[in-house]
Formats: sequence, structure tokens, C-alpha cells
Amino acid sequence: MAVSNTNAERRRAPLSSWVKQTFLTLGSVAVTMLGLLFVTFIIGRVMPIDPVLAIVGERASQSTYDAVYQQLGLDKPLLVQFLYYLWDVCRGDFGMSLLNARPVAEDIARVFPATMELATIGVFIGIVLGVPLGVVAAVNRGSWIDQIARVVALVGYSMPIFWLGLMGLLVFYGVLGWVGGPGRLDIFYEDIVPARTGMILLDSALAGEWSVFRNAFSHIVLPASLLGYYSLAYISRMTRSFMLEQLTAEYVTTARVKGLSERAVIWRHAFKNIRVQLITVIALSYANLLEGSVLTEIIFSWPGIGSYITTALLSADMNAVLGGTVVVGLIFICLNILSDLLYRVFDPRSK
Amino acid sequence: MSNITSHDQSWRAWLMTDAPTSRRHARLANLYQGWLTLRGNSMAMFGLGILLALLLIALFAPLLSPHDPFTQSLSNRLQPLGSEGHLLGTDSLGRDILSRLIYGSRITLYIVALVALIAPVAGLLVGTVAGYAGGWTDTILMRITDIFLAFPRLVLALAFVAALGAGIENAVLAISLTAWPPYARIARAETLTIRSADYISAIRLQGAGALRIITKHIWPLCISSLIVRVTLDMAGIILAAAGLGFLGLGAQPPSPEWGAMISEGRRFILDHWWVATVPGLAIFTVSLAFNLLGDGLRDVLDPKDGSQ
Repeated sequence: MAVSNTNAERRRAPLSSWVKQTFLTLGSVAVTMLGLLFVTFIIGRVMPIDPVLAIVGERASQSTYDAVYQQLGLDKPLLVQFLYYLWDVCRGDFGMSLLNARPVAEDIARVFPATMELATIGVFIGIVLGVPLGVVAAVNRGSWIDQIARVVALVGYSMPIFWLGLMGLLVFYGVLGWVGGPGRLDIFYEDIVPARTGMILLDSALAGEWSVFRNAFSHIVLPASLLGYYSLAYISRMTRSFMLEQLTAEYVTTARVKGLSERAVIWRHAFKNIRVQLITVIALSYANLLEGSVLTEIIFSWPGIGSYITTALLSADMNAVLGGTVVVGLIFICLNILSDLLYRVFDPRSK
Repeated sequence: MSNITSHDQSWRAWLMTDAPTSRRHARLANLYQGWLTLRGNSMAMFGLGILLALLLIALFAPLLSPHDPFTQSLSNRLQPLGSEGHLLGTDSLGRDILSRLIYGSRITLYIVALVALIAPVAGLLVGTVAGYAGGWTDTILMRITDIFLAFPRLVLALAFVAALGAGIENAVLAISLTAWPPYARIARAETLTIRSADYISAIRLQGAGALRIITKHIWPLCISSLIVRVTLDMAGIILAAAGLGFLGLGAQPPSPEWGAMISEGRRFILDHWWVATVPGLAIFTVSLAFNLLGDGLRDVLDPKDGSQ
């Protein structure tokens, strides 16, 4: 009995600190999310659009106006209004879209898979090409391949994404005709496969409609490569600097002195140690792609959340803009936490 | 200092000295040696050259542009590159693209200068106060910073512009509001390392107040890392401004803002490609120049995390 007691106590000590750590993290996340909602709330309040007029129209009588004014809770103090807003958001209610009179939450659920499909393929391209490029550039520091990697990244940092997208469309769609044009599918292929996940490549593969799959692929390949290029620029740069740090470490010299092959030194020793840092970088660039796709989606008429927010913005559909902003912000925060957690799980030093 | 100039020493030797005789002498010598390092970096000098050229173009826009950037000539619309009197062609309203490009450089510089004034100063203020005060002030200010960092930048700028209304000043404000948090982070980190230094304690013993310590003794030390960060951020600022212009939320027509010009040219991209291509190249060139210069400056001013 006594032994098991001390064992339990021994086990409890690190557990409680872990619990405390988790609570601290969750607490700061909660504060950040609260702040995000507060900012969007304030933006919604200073917007030069009268939400009541938008609902009742200009010809409504004063009594109708007042009724709706009260119904929306606009006569309450700002803090109470904020609490109402919080309560609504917690229930997943972002209000009605003024454009199509449908719940904003439903709209977002419909458009989000398109963005996710695009960003996922983009970040995949970024990882597959960016990580090896960064490693090779670090190993052959100063060589021509390092210079190429540098130029690739520099151009990626300096090029306006919407312009590159236009140029891509011009060359690969307009002149060469290698890829599909704007949109997710040619009109001929639309509404053939049922939307199960909302991601057309996945849906068409699940339905076994390979002609639809091919068409969808020809449409997604250009915007996805574009996003892939941008995450490649970032991932390869970070990989290179992480690798350089490892390659100058003493254990690498030791491994070489031991007579290990260069490949084993690089991939089994040095690369193994940067995997944890890379996870953070990849999560960050995924988050950036989810939001950075706004302009890409416009160029390629891609019906994702970026297009949704922008269209709503240009037609002064406030609920839709704020709903979209909140969702993107929350996902952004969640990906940051996720990378933080993964870091803790995979980094032996943090245990 | 007068006795130095009376000696028959060249400026160069005076600037290269190891034993500066005054504070200004030390500062100038330091600057000169930084300049020498920067001059050795050909890519950075290339970037600097482009930016100087841009500055000159913006200054002398009325002299350089062959046509008025706003004069329309519908009979002369969509002229191709290299056509008579229009080196870079004309747009859908027959306006000379080269002239619009030249005048657009003023808008680009205007946006960049304003953001570069607002965002780092705001960040410096927040960061140094948080770092120096510590305690609750620090916690609250840094929480606010984290909240703004957690926001996706372009989406936040979009929402701000939606609230404030489209326009170039509001675009600047929106970009600044999304750009200040990293500066606050940097300034706070610098302040934390400086705060406990002996010379700060010495000044405090002499009776200097918090305001004096922050403005006179902490700010000057934060400046160099902020400059590097600003230069590297410039490219992002230009791209963000062009993006807002492209979406129709920044500079309004008929303003020759480069992003808005791409947006105008987008409709004709398949038949008249140059209308959208040329302003895009201009944006690319300028942001590339800022990136090159920023890399070089980082090596000079902030050697500890230079691009190895």
C-alpha cells in the first residue's frame, strides 16, 4: 500500500505541472480569442453601415425601425452587446448574410473546404520541394545551388501573388492551354459528383468519377502551385538556416570523424534535429496559406473563404465579413497552438 | 573637434579612427564603417540603387513622364508596347502607361513612408514601455500585441478598410494597424536586455525619470534593429498596399496606383497582356530592392542573426 502511494505521488508531481502548463496555455488562448472577437466586434460597430436600415429598408416607419433596433439589442450598453455577440459566436451563430439572407455560418461551412483543399495541396508542394532545397542549399553553402535557392526565395518574397497568378493564367491557360481556367471545374462537369467533403478532388475520387477528377485537377494545379511556391520560399529559407546551425555543431564533426557517410550525417543526424523546428514553420506557413489565399482566390475565381470575405466586403455585407474574419482568425490561432503542442510532444528537451 | 580639422588629416583617417574624440565622432565613424561593409555587398548596393532611382523618378515625375497620367484618349486605347509615343503602351482608356507608372511611384513611396513612420514608432512605444515597466503593464500590453499578431494580416486589413472606408489613407492606417506588433516584440526584447544594465542604474541614481530613460537611453539602442526590420518589412508593406489597391480598397481610380493598375488591366489580360504586366514588374522591382537592401543592412547593423 505504502509503496503504491508514493508511486502515485511521484507520478502526480509532473502530472500536475503538466496540467498547470496546459491550463496556462488554454488561458492565454482564451484571452487571445476573446481579444480577436472584441476587435471584430468593435470593427462591426464603427462600420459606416446602419445594420437596422440594412434589414428594414429605407421606407420603414419609425416604429418598425425602433422595434428592430431593440430586437438587435442596439439600445443596450456596448458591453452587454458584446456579451450577446460572444454568446452568438459560441453557438456558431454569425448572423444572417444580407446578400442572400442565409446564415453566415452555413455559407462559411460551404466555402471553407475549397480554401482548405487549395491550401493543403499548396503547403504539400511547399514541403516536398522546399525542405530538400533548403537542406541541399545549406550543405552546399555558397555553391550555385545555394544561390539558386536564395534567388527562388527572394523572388517569392518580392512578387505580388495576384500578379504572378495573372501571369500564370496568361501563360499556362491563355497561351499554352495546359491547365484549366479560373473556377474549380469546367461548367460541363459541374454538379456531377455529390458534395461529401466539399473538396472536389476528394469527392470525385470517392465517387469514382475520374473525368471530373482530371478536370478538377487541371483547375487546381495552377493556383496550388502558386501557393506552393510562396510556402516553398519560406520553408526552404528556414530549413536552410536551421540546417546551417546544426551542421556547425560538434556532434556533426564527431559523426564525420566516426566515418559515417555524408548522407547519414546529413539526414540521420542533422536533419533529425531540425524536424521539430520544421513542424512549427510548416504549421505557420499552412496558416499563412489559409489566409494568404485571399488574393489567389480572387484571381482564380476560386469559391473559397477569401473570395467570400472580399465579395461580402464589396457589397457591405457586414455579418459575412466579420464571420469570415473570425473563422479565419480562430483557425490561425488554433494552428499556432497546434504547432506549439507538437513542438512539446516531439522535442525531448521540453519533457 | 577644431583641433582635429586643423591637423592635416584626411576625412577618411578621421572616420577610420579607433579612438574617437567625441560622441559625434564615434557615431560618424561607426556609420562610415557600416557604410563600408554595406558597400561591399553588391546585392544590397543594387537594391539601394533601385530605391534611389525610384526616389528621383518620384521627385521629377512631371519632367520625366512623356504624357499626363490622367489624360484619356479613347481613339488611342490599348496600344501595344513600343508604339509611337507610348513606350509601354496605353491602357483601356488610352492613358500612357509609362506616365502612370512614373506618377504611381509617388503613391508607392507615400504609402511606404507613412507606414514606416507609424508602425515602428507605435511598436517602439508599446514595446519599450512594456519592457521597462514590467509587471501588469507588460502583461497587458503584450497580450494586446499577441492578439494583433494572432490575426491574419491581410484579412485584418480588409476588415479595417471595410470599417473605415476605401481610400489610400485608410489603407495606410489598416496596414499600420497590422504591422506594429512585431516591432513591439523586438523593442521589448531589446529593452529587457538593456533595462538591467549598469549604466541605466547609474542614470537612475542620478535622478533620471522613466520618461527620460526610455526616450534618451533605451530608444537609441532599439533603433538599429528596428531599421533592419522596417527595411525587410517594406516589401511586405508594398505588396499589402498593392493587394488592397488591386481589390479596389486602396487608392481609388483614376489614381495611378500600381495595384489598381493591375486590377484595371486584368480584364484584358488574355488579349492585351502588357496593361497588367508592366505595373506588376514595377511592384516586383521595388519590393525586391527593399529585400536586397534589408538583407545587407541586417548584416551591417545586426550581425548576430545575419544571413550566415
